[in-house]
Amino acid sequence: MSETAVKKIFFRPDRSLLTPFNITVGIIMFIGLILTIMRFTGGLSAVTNLDDNYPWGLWIGFDLMAGVALAAGGYTTSAACYLFGMKRYHSAVRPAILTAFLGYALVVFSLHYDVGRPWRLPYPIFYSPGTTSLLFEVGLCVALYLTVLFLEYSTAALEWLGLKKLRNIIYKLTLVLTIFGVILSTLHQSSLGALFIIAPSKLHPLWYTQYLAVYFFISSMFAGLSMVIFEGSLSHKYFHDKMDETYLKEHDGLVLGFAKGASFIMAGYIVIKIIGIAMDNNWHLLGTGFGIWFLVELLGFVALPCFLYAVGSRDKNFSLIKKASLITVLGIVLNRLNVSLIAFNWYLPLKDKYIPHLGEIGLTIFMITIGIVAFKFIVTHMPIFYEHPDYKDSH
Amino acid sequence: MSVSRRKFLAWMGGAGLSTAFGTKAYAASNKQFKGYPDTMGVLHDTTLCVGCRSCEDACNKVNNLPQPEKPFKELSVLDKTRRTDSKTFTVVNKYDNSKEPKNPVFRKIQCNHCLEPACASACFVNAFKKTKEGAVVYDASVCVGCRYCMVACPFNIPAYEYDKVLDPKVVKCTMCHPRLLEGKLPGCVEACPVEALTFGKREDLLKIARERIRKYPEKYVNHIYGENEMGGTSWLYLTGVAPEEIGMREDLGITPAPNLTSGALAVVPMVAGLWPVFLTGAYAISKRKEKIAAEEQAEAVSKAVAETNTAAEEKLAKALEKAAKEKEAAIQKEVKKALEEAAAKAQEEDKEEDA
Ligand code: SF4
Ligand code: SF4
Ligand code: SF4
Repeated sequence: MSETAVKKIFFRPDRSLLTPFNITVGIIMFIGLILTIMRFTGGLSAVTNLDDNYPWGLWIGFDLMAGVALAAGGYTTSAACYLFGMKRYHSAVRPAILTAFLGYALVVFSLHYDVGRPWRLPYPIFYSPGTTSLLFEVGLCVALYLTVLFLEYSTAALEWLGLKKLRNIIYKLTLVLTIFGVILSTLHQSSLGALFIIAPSKLHPLWYTQYLAVYFFISSMFAGLSMVIFEGSLSHKYFHDKMDETYLKEHDGLVLGFAKGASFIMAGYIVIKIIGIAMDNNWHLLGTGFGIWFLVELLGFVALPCFLYAVGSRDKNFSLIKKASLITVLGIVLNRLNVSLIAFNWYLPLKDKYIPHLGEIGLTIFMITIGIVAFKFIVTHMPIFYEHPDYKDSH
Repeated sequence: MSVSRRKFLAWMGGAGLSTAFGTKAYAASNKQFKGYPDTMGVLHDTTLCVGCRSCEDACNKVNNLPQPEKPFKELSVLDKTRRTDSKTFTVVNKYDNSKEPKNPVFRKIQCNHCLEPACASACFVNAFKKTKEGAVVYDASVCVGCRYCMVACPFNIPAYEYDKVLDPKVVKCTMCHPRLLEGKLPGCVEACPVEALTFGKREDLLKIARERIRKYPEKYVNHIYGENEMGGTSWLYLTGVAPEEIGMREDLGITPAPNLTSGALAVVPMVAGLWPVFLTGAYAISKRKEKIAAEEQAEAVSKAVAETNTAAEEKLAKALEKAAKEKEAAIQKEVKKALEEAAAKAQEEDKEEDA
């Protein structure tokens, strides 16, 4: 790319740089940079409240656990479209893949802040594999899936760059990549839950069950669907001008279809959650403080949006569906935080509980901002919401 | 293990290099692992412990740990419940004694050196190993610092150097493994002035513990903590009050940590094996549906085309026919008209001639 082209892309002379968006991003980036320096000169204790009882905090609980679940839109959408023949959702695949790719890339990026020796992150795969560890499985699958997502996303980038040949080669792999992506997602989405199966004494019995892996996997499906709806409605608002007719035409059907699907899966999820309580006979715990919190999660953030989705898709009520998707997304975040932080070490006195450090919150916001900026850049330059004119009908 | 491998390892051990015998992974298999046969351990008899902190002091010395803020002689430290941290491999805590309120109970905390350690099965780079001597040792040279071992340990033992930038380590008691290999006692055991700590073969320690319970049933609770907890630990405890009362969880169960996760791990090959088949099937079905739909559509289209064609032809023929008829009629009309005109003309001419 020539220098002027770069300039054109990054500094558009026709637009002022000092937009509120740019200013906010700039401030966040600056703070993020300072926190980064603090983290890599002062150690984890400089920017986190992690301690020996809470080795995992906001970065694992939110950035990793919730992040991976919310990035599940990639595998759910591409599976629906390419494997289950819902071709009418085709135009949703690219935005979903892009969101997933950025999501996973950020998960891996933020892991570099969290682990003690980030340059050793390839060790488990290439140097000293600890195959008895569920974390090994998570690491391996996430690494492979990030590669798959990169390849799936790359067709859009290659179209933008005009590298037709390479693009067509990768495009031919779509089916294989999709199947591979679903396998990898099944494995790591569930193993993220299974990570906690090793600590029965630490996780509150209402959240700890042998089914944790199943719960994480099933909930990742409706998390992904909801995220596609949620992200789609935001994109509609901000990137409407980038969308072609096919995308716009298909979008409403997609929202209705996904809402209906999410509603079904969530109903199933509620059933298996109840089975989980019954199997461990934990009914009596529902009356405790943690029990009420558990019910808030299950009724307020699963049953309620499940119902809203059902009504919304029946009545074609898009604003209701949007609301349901927001509640579901929040619910997934809540669930992942419950398992990894809130119901974890539940027996510890309040004074020993973990509360995130401002630095952890700051860096989390930093990560999200990077994601938004990258998303914005890509959708304004690459064929995400529209088909590239050179590749029409190639689908 | 084949003889030659055993020999090889013994030879390595002789060379002073062997710290790791427990390399086999039991976690994902269905085989039950009962621990290494001659594994060593320590029996901590809390009824004898006087809370002098000599063990803490000794541990600090033999492991070259940094000096604590308050000296080890300072017993006021005991008023607060502490846990192990990055500079402390072991701590002694004081608990109220429900049996004799005047005599508090002291208990030493350190890594329990589980027979099947949760930390080792959780570590994704095999940084932890159960040695055949009994100690669970840690290899900082592969540790990534993910701290999953800390999440996994049911006894909340491993601590982390959160303030280190380049080389943070996971920290815990080593059972003085290097000293054991030299034939020495663990530092804490050697230092204990009242023999509250006994080092020996785990089997023998269990016998000693049982014997003490049998001899003084009123002094001891009939439970050797660590015999079965989480599948058993090398470090064993005798107590006079319920273990729960002195901060030891009684709800850990007897399932070794690796067995907890083996089910989830066993699913992996199944998913990897079945999913592709299933998904390709789903794809084939949807493709076939598409194909059938396409065929049906094509058929419908050609049928429609054919129908329109015949209809059009018919219409055309009719139109032609009609047109032909109309034309004929027009011609006939014209002819008739011409004939009539001609007849009229002739009549007129005849009249003129007659005139
Ligand atoms: S007590 Fe904890 S750190 Fe020690 S061996 Fe057992 S699981 Fe590992
Ligand atoms: S922190 Fe180190 S020793 Fe602990 S699980 Fe992670 S890599 Fe293994
Ligand atoms: S065995 Fe050694 S490392 Fe462990 S507490 Fe005793 S002195 Fe410390």
